[in-house]
Amino acid sequence: MTVSTVGVPAPSELPAAGPAFGGAGSSRFKRAGNYVALIPFHAYVGLFLLFPTLVVAIGAFTTNKGQLTLDNIGAVFATKAFIDSFAVSIQLAVVTALIGAILGALLSWAVVRGNPNGALRQLVVAACGVLAQFGGVMLTFAFLAFVGYEGMLTLFIRDNITHTRMDMSWVYSLTGLIMLYAYFQIPLMLIVFLPSLDGLRQEWYDASASLGGGAWSFWRHVGGPILAPSFLGALLLLFTNAFSAYATAQALISQGCGLVTQQIACQIQSEVMIGRENVGKALALGMIIIVATVMLLYAYIQRRASRWVK
Amino acid sequence: MSGSVNTQLGAAAPGGGALLARPKGAGRGRRSSRSQTIARYLILIFILGYLIVPLFASLEFATRGDFDKTTKTFGRSLASFAAIFTYPNLIDSIVASLQIAALTVFGMLLLLVPTMVWTIVRVPRMRRVVEFLCLLPLAIPAIVIVVGVGPIYRWIGQNLGAVGASPLTLALIDIILVLPYSYRALDSSLRGIDTGTLSDASRSLGAGWPRTILQVIVPNIRGGILSASVLAIALVLGEFTISSLLSFNTVQVVIFLLGHRDAYVAVAVSLTALFFAFALLFAIARFAPGAASRAQRVVEEPAA
Repeated sequence: MTVSTVGVPAPSELPAAGPAFGGAGSSRFKRAGNYVALIPFHAYVGLFLLFPTLVVAIGAFTTNKGQLTLDNIGAVFATKAFIDSFAVSIQLAVVTALIGAILGALLSWAVVRGNPNGALRQLVVAACGVLAQFGGVMLTFAFLAFVGYEGMLTLFIRDNITHTRMDMSWVYSLTGLIMLYAYFQIPLMLIVFLPSLDGLRQEWYDASASLGGGAWSFWRHVGGPILAPSFLGALLLLFTNAFSAYATAQALISQGCGLVTQQIACQIQSEVMIGRENVGKALALGMIIIVATVMLLYAYIQRRASRWVK
Repeated sequence: MSGSVNTQLGAAAPGGGALLARPKGAGRGRRSSRSQTIARYLILIFILGYLIVPLFASLEFATRGDFDKTTKTFGRSLASFAAIFTYPNLIDSIVASLQIAALTVFGMLLLLVPTMVWTIVRVPRMRRVVEFLCLLPLAIPAIVIVVGVGPIYRWIGQNLGAVGASPLTLALIDIILVLPYSYRALDSSLRGIDTGTLSDASRSLGAGWPRTILQVIVPNIRGGILSASVLAIALVLGEFTISSLLSFNTVQVVIFLLGHRDAYVAVAVSLTALFFAFALLFAIARFAPGAASRAQRVVEEPAA
């Protein structure tokens, strides 16, 4: 689309210049000048994204006095609480990514079947946008208003069915977290996956139908394989989303250091332990490695996904 | 080209896809088998029900009045909603968060729009690099950024006086956090117009770059700018991790603290905030410029 204008000097600098003027003839100086305009962006991202990442990466391998050490990394592997926090976070992320992806895909399908301009679709998309990106603390409170100790469901069951105070401690455990995470994972799946479903072409349905295929054979041989990369990509995205989440769990279990994100927060807030200042950075580096690996996989799958769905 | 906007955006837009890709065209009649219709309604009822029930419970919880021992029911009262205004901290934090959101949107647009236009028109080979950098925050969890950004904030706090101590400095990181979503929104808009030709035309008529971008490009990507801004605002207003760990009282942090003091008011605020965010997104999906002008294929599945 715009490739033809590469290296074309700005017309106003060249009297009577048409778009075809110049081309490869522009000077090296000017071409270098083109890059200068990108400096503010790169400087900003460098300062507020790359520099902090570098601080974490270097800090993970140094003492607080700046000497090289492997003690921080060693501490992560040697401390059961740290290893456990990674295990719990990964477990939570895998389970909620699967739940979110499957239920979210089903919901997307149900929404796509309807009128694309109808109120239902727009309502669902807007609601999912809020739940997926805005939630966190507020979602947790809504969840507790439902199943917390004084929640609507809890009181209803107590007053009408069991007539005794129920044990709701499971809400504040991993089970509760999984249920709670579903409230933003399912909506996120819808937002990511809906456009891929929209991308299924009518011709493919028709072709499948004209060869005698029903719904099952369409999904088995056409729709499924086409959507598989999008689905997998979304699954990975949901994994990183859950793995990186902090606010939701913190609002539910505020004193906890159970998840790796909470563990890092605990480390930040208690940086008094002598000689352990940089252990939090080693934990953070562990998170970067896991998330970055998954995102690389995501990028690869996404490239495959875009092959069909155009 | 414009036909692909939808899927391109959605395919790679983590969290941004369907929000931005608007449904298109009028719905036509469709055939679908009865079992499919039943399945569809079951899915809608159960999954949407699961998502909606806590919100309904919030409404029930936040409107509880006095407990009646004999009937074992609560009276209904709006006291918790009215009490929102009795927490000056909360009001202050809402104002602060809105200011941060405004700064973030302004900074994000200032940083992204000229850079993206420039990469399209002048240095297309850098487009990949800019895209990579914009999507990078997805691979770096917010909590990791907090850990690494400590030195910068210590420096700001020590050297910039009152400005450095203000929660408004959070906008500096929030701009980074919104990059992936805003980039996708702007990118799909810019792909939909012929940016190169537009700027060549503008420049050949004697306009400088600032004028070309402000008066020629920007009016053509209004939809993208709107989407990018709304996503950025939602993200800033919902941001908890960074402000909490850097000890700034943004709205989420105050709601979080309020949860320990007065759960009823905390739920009332949460519900109100979720509702306003929802109303905003819905209004934009429905009435945003360009919402009706694109056409969407209606796809019919073979009957089972």
